[in-house]
Amino acid sequence: MGLFDTGRMIHRSISPGVATSLSAPGYAQPASTQAPDATVLRISTPSALRFQHVTHTFISSDRSAITALSDVNLEVGRTEFVSIIGASGCGKSTILRLASGLLAPSSGEVSVFGLKVTEPRNDIALVFQRPTLLPWLNIADNVTFPERHTTGRVTRETADRALQILDVVGLRDFAQKKPSELSGGMQQRVAIARALLQDPDILLMDEPFSALDALTRDELSVELLGILDKRPKTVIFVTHSIQEALLLSDRIVVMSPRPGKVMETITVPLARPRGLDSMLDPLFSEMANEIRSKVFTRSGKA
Amino acid sequence: MRLSRFAPALTLISALLAWQAICVVFSVPAYILPRPSQVVMAATEVPIWTWLDNIGATLEIVLAGFCISFAIAIPLAMLLVNSPLLSSTIVPLLVVIQSTPIVAIAPILVVSLGAGALPRTVITCLITFFPLVIATAAGLRSAPAELIELSESLKAPRFRQYTQIRLPYAVPHIIGAAKVAVTLAVIGAVVAEFVAADKGLGYMILNYTAVFKLGRAFFALIVLLCISLSLYQVVALIERTFFSWSLPERR
Repeated sequence: MGLFDTGRMIHRSISPGVATSLSAPGYAQPASTQAPDATVLRISTPSALRFQHVTHTFISSDRSAITALSDVNLEVGRTEFVSIIGASGCGKSTILRLASGLLAPSSGEVSVFGLKVTEPRNDIALVFQRPTLLPWLNIADNVTFPERHTTGRVTRETADRALQILDVVGLRDFAQKKPSELSGGMQQRVAIARALLQDPDILLMDEPFSALDALTRDELSVELLGILDKRPKTVIFVTHSIQEALLLSDRIVVMSPRPGKVMETITVPLARPRGLDSMLDPLFSEMANEIRSKVFTRSGKA
Repeated sequence: MRLSRFAPALTLISALLAWQAICVVFSVPAYILPRPSQVVMAATEVPIWTWLDNIGATLEIVLAGFCISFAIAIPLAMLLVNSPLLSSTIVPLLVVIQSTPIVAIAPILVVSLGAGALPRTVITCLITFFPLVIATAAGLRSAPAELIELSESLKAPRFRQYTQIRLPYAVPHIIGAAKVAVTLAVIGAVVAEFVAADKGLGYMILNYTAVFKLGRAFFALIVLLCISLSLYQVVALIERTFFSWSLPERR
């Protein structure tokens, strides 16, 4: 259920994304929105992120061209949570780098809030697989680092806000500690806090929990759900984990590798608010199996 | 625990005692190999001011050479990392300089630059420069790619990418290279003094060996060794004091 071919899915997904921004927390059932209304709304409020026929080719170190992405079409609505899943080498991370403006596509167009992406924007924040905190700064200074890095100083107001955000991720007591004194999960929380402090409209997360143990992963996933409940954001979440994708996402984009292509877009019908209980839903395991078969048959790993 | 603490001192004392014993047992003459006691005696024959004067002269060249080298190497490494073109043009030049035997180029430099402190400082610079540039460039490149992406996604000014991310990440590399470079600087200064100098510990060794005052030459050697070791310790102290975060954690 909830499976569409890529082209049609894009058309349908526009409306839920827009609807969300008007009534964020109750957002769960995209397919019910009427098409004509959506068309009107689509003109007034462009989607958060849009990939149109995006192809990206790298020149590798041995000078051969590698096509990382091939004709990718993708549309993400405001405050929508979209996971990108697929085997290694399917260009998942390339999508994030194109969306953030760190890379320019070889052909096609990437646009954010209706504007073509030509350089990094300050309403987009990145969270990486590794926490990548600066080991010589304490936790509070790591969270405020983006401001220090762009302007050269940190205002009192930002420093206070950093403490509030550390409170949200449960690390207020660690503000004066160095990153090396924190566990991997705590460090990744700091990295998320660092991204949240920029108060981005779009959060790009590149396998943020993949370096953590299973328990910490679940814990952080639930925490992320809680944070997004309070401050809705558009999230593009790259992951290897089908469970993680199902637990967090409104939609899951399944990619096929070499060259990376959108194979399938799947709407997750699980009700919100979600928690670890959602994983007990029979629908959850049913969908997990379905996605697993899709990810693995095409990549030849089954 | 206690024993391991005193082990280095005990080893040194034992070595000195063995040296003394061998010289006494085989009655080695002082002009072939002076005993440690004779070295100390010989040192006292020379007035303390002469020692200090010469130590000062050598130290001056060592420090000036090292500091100038350091001051040029760090910005140059930043330029190399920032520009692949510059890197591909300057690095081969650096390799050529590094491959030139410093002992061979020293007399040439003295003729070209005169007999003053200038050629000595230049020689010291040349010998310390390469490790500093190469290690600093490697260190600047060692910053995690994600942090560079973060910096670029923030559209931060380029210089802050260096001052706030790349340079701190390069600190362990720079310190490592500085430890090598200070000891090389002492070698550079002595080589330069062998070629052309009227002062300095290298000059003293050259003069005293010419007149078979081996005890004094040995003492000058020991002073050089002490300078080298102390400079190394100063770098280590700077590392522990200011950059303790860059040291591996003790568990």
